[in-house]
Amino acid sequence: MYIQLLDLACGAFLLTGVLVLWRRELSAIVWLFALQGVALTALVVILGVRQDSPELIMIGVGVGALRAGLLPYLMRRALVAGGAGRETQPLVNVATSLLVAAALAMLAYALSQPLVRLSPTPATQTVPIALTVLLIGFFVLVTRRRALSQLVGFLLMDNAITATAFLTTSGVPLVVELGISLDVLLAVLVLQVLTTWMCAAFGGTDLDELRELHD
Amino acid sequence: MDSLLVIAPVAVPVAAACLYAVLGWNRITAWLGTLSAAGLLACAIALSTAGRHDALGGLLVSDALSAFMLLVIGAVALLAMAASPAYLVTELAAGHTGPRAMRRYGVLTQAFIATMALAVLASSLGLLLVAIEATTILTALLVGHRRTRQATEAAWKYVVICSVGIALALLGIVIAYYAGTHAGVASLDWAVLAEHAGRLDPGVMRVAVMLLVLGFGAKAGLAPMHAWLPDAHSQAPAPVSALMSGALLSVAFYAILRVKVIADAALGAGFTRALLLIVALASLTVAALLLIGQRDYKRLLAYSSIEHMGLLALGAAIGNSLALVAVLLHILGHGLGKSVLFLSAGQLHQALGSSRIHATGGLLARAPLLAGVFALGLLALLGLPPFSLFASELGIARAGFDAGLGWAVTAALVLMLLIVAAIGRHTRRMLLGGEPGEAGSLSVLPRTVAAPLVAGLAACAVLGITLGPLQPLLQAAAAIAGATP
Repeated sequence: MYIQLLDLACGAFLLTGVLVLWRRELSAIVWLFALQGVALTALVVILGVRQDSPELIMIGVGVGALRAGLLPYLMRRALVAGGAGRETQPLVNVATSLLVAAALAMLAYALSQPLVRLSPTPATQTVPIALTVLLIGFFVLVTRRRALSQLVGFLLMDNAITATAFLTTSGVPLVVELGISLDVLLAVLVLQVLTTWMCAAFGGTDLDELRELHD
Repeated sequence: MDSLLVIAPVAVPVAAACLYAVLGWNRITAWLGTLSAAGLLACAIALSTAGRHDALGGLLVSDALSAFMLLVIGAVALLAMAASPAYLVTELAAGHTGPRAMRRYGVLTQAFIATMALAVLASSLGLLLVAIEATTILTALLVGHRRTRQATEAAWKYVVICSVGIALALLGIVIAYYAGTHAGVASLDWAVLAEHAGRLDPGVMRVAVMLLVLGFGAKAGLAPMHAWLPDAHSQAPAPVSALMSGALLSVAFYAILRVKVIADAALGAGFTRALLLIVALASLTVAALLLIGQRDYKRLLAYSSIEHMGLLALGAAIGNSLALVAVLLHILGHGLGKSVLFLSAGQLHQALGSSRIHATGGLLARAPLLAGVFALGLLALLGLPPFSLFASELGIARAGFDAGLGWAVTAALVLMLLIVAAIGRHTRRMLLGGEPGEAGSLSVLPRTVAAPLVAGLAACAVLGITLGPLQPLLQAAAAIAGATP
């Protein structure tokens, strides 16, 4: 039962990540990101129940509040402020993106072998899934051209790292977890401010406009 | 009392930031930043003779290496903050900034200095990472201070690339923590991890160390994750560029030094050495290639920072006692020299309204003092005596030959020769040049800017001649950074 629930949560975590590659509506991407936050919360809570640790369950709820609640809320506000809701032509089309995702999954599997070998529990065996989402996030970051979808790419990476932390060690020490969450929140706020400045200076958030600095 | 001394380097700038938030930036509070930087420097000097101390239940620890890094931060901050009032007055007169932006400048620069101090005092990898990511967030709005198209673009790239770098380092930390919990060392404390490093699983640690070096390397401006640096450094206000290039890059590099101690104990010296040699030579190559055709003097300084970070990585890869002492001295020399250069470049930019090299022709005749300082600063950065970068570069090269890494040192020297030629050619055009863009003399250098510039150059020259009381501190710090005899 525990393993099935864990795999279900991990599957949902991966699926939401892959679907980000598929959808182009910015509002849909924000929705998918929120759903991924829910999957991450479920994952942590399942681990907490299994280990009989109320503390871990509490942390899971906190993670959920930030990643499924506050961050999507902030992004939706940025979306309303930023106007146009559709991703302009991404650098790589959808079919190729999905193929790349498959290749990234294999890469993640290879990279995580030493981690799984150290302690092959059901939880660590799902680490390749988290690393796949990390690589997908990085791929979204470098191939999307809207400020907001780059932000989602960064946050997918961050979700994946949080998932890895919980799957391998039930989370890093609380001080670090809190500090990182605060930093992510502030990074999103700063990027939001920059998006506003960008709108004022360029009249849009298309990153293709960012071509003035070069050698 | 001792634990207060450890907290003070963080608390003093935080207090100054709060005062700026309340009082705003005016003629009197403009000097608050300088005062706080002087306080930080004083704490660093006191700590450098005080040995190992901790505070806040072991969250902060000051040893010789931390104290030395605090000296660098304090010295660079003092120069940058002393030059800030005159810089902002000129910006205000030109309509590039306003009272709100100036208040924000005061708060953010002080908070930025505080987080750098926190980073070097943190006793654990986790807190260090949080502090370094906080510097990214705090400086992002400073990079975009002018809110022009270019400034916003630079700020965006800066936050995205550095945050991704820090995310990679975070994954590295997660993985190292995982290796630790399996070896019964559930801690991210430097000292604890280094002590038990032999028990950590090598396969897992290899992944962790690679991610940590790549992640902190991004923030230190090492190739291949250097792309944000020339943009951010060329767009930020001059004193912020000075702080970022002179202190922040070195703070990120300090993180690599700390990681290296653990990595060497867990994996042997070969692994990090190979990693660092690759990024060192890559950084020097990138810097050399892009300096040759450079048309913008602020970007020229930024690429020179990539070069110097590459040299630091080379020295760390060599890793013997002489090399690490030289690396630490190089950090200080580069901090002083580069902040002088960015501050004078800021004056130049304000006077000319352009950072194009061809706009500055005949500078020596139009603004002798400014041109002289700029030229001397460049000579210091190119590693000419009597400046301390000559001594440290010589030390790194000698240590490299001693350690059997002659090939790497030779390759680095060839690349540096290219860099000297490129910078020399550009400087000649700037200082002598045939046709000045617009004839006539530039405005005089304000005395409050001239003083820190001359002081920075003088300190850099004195360090090149004698280390004086710094010698024992450097030796102790190098020993902590894992110097092999």
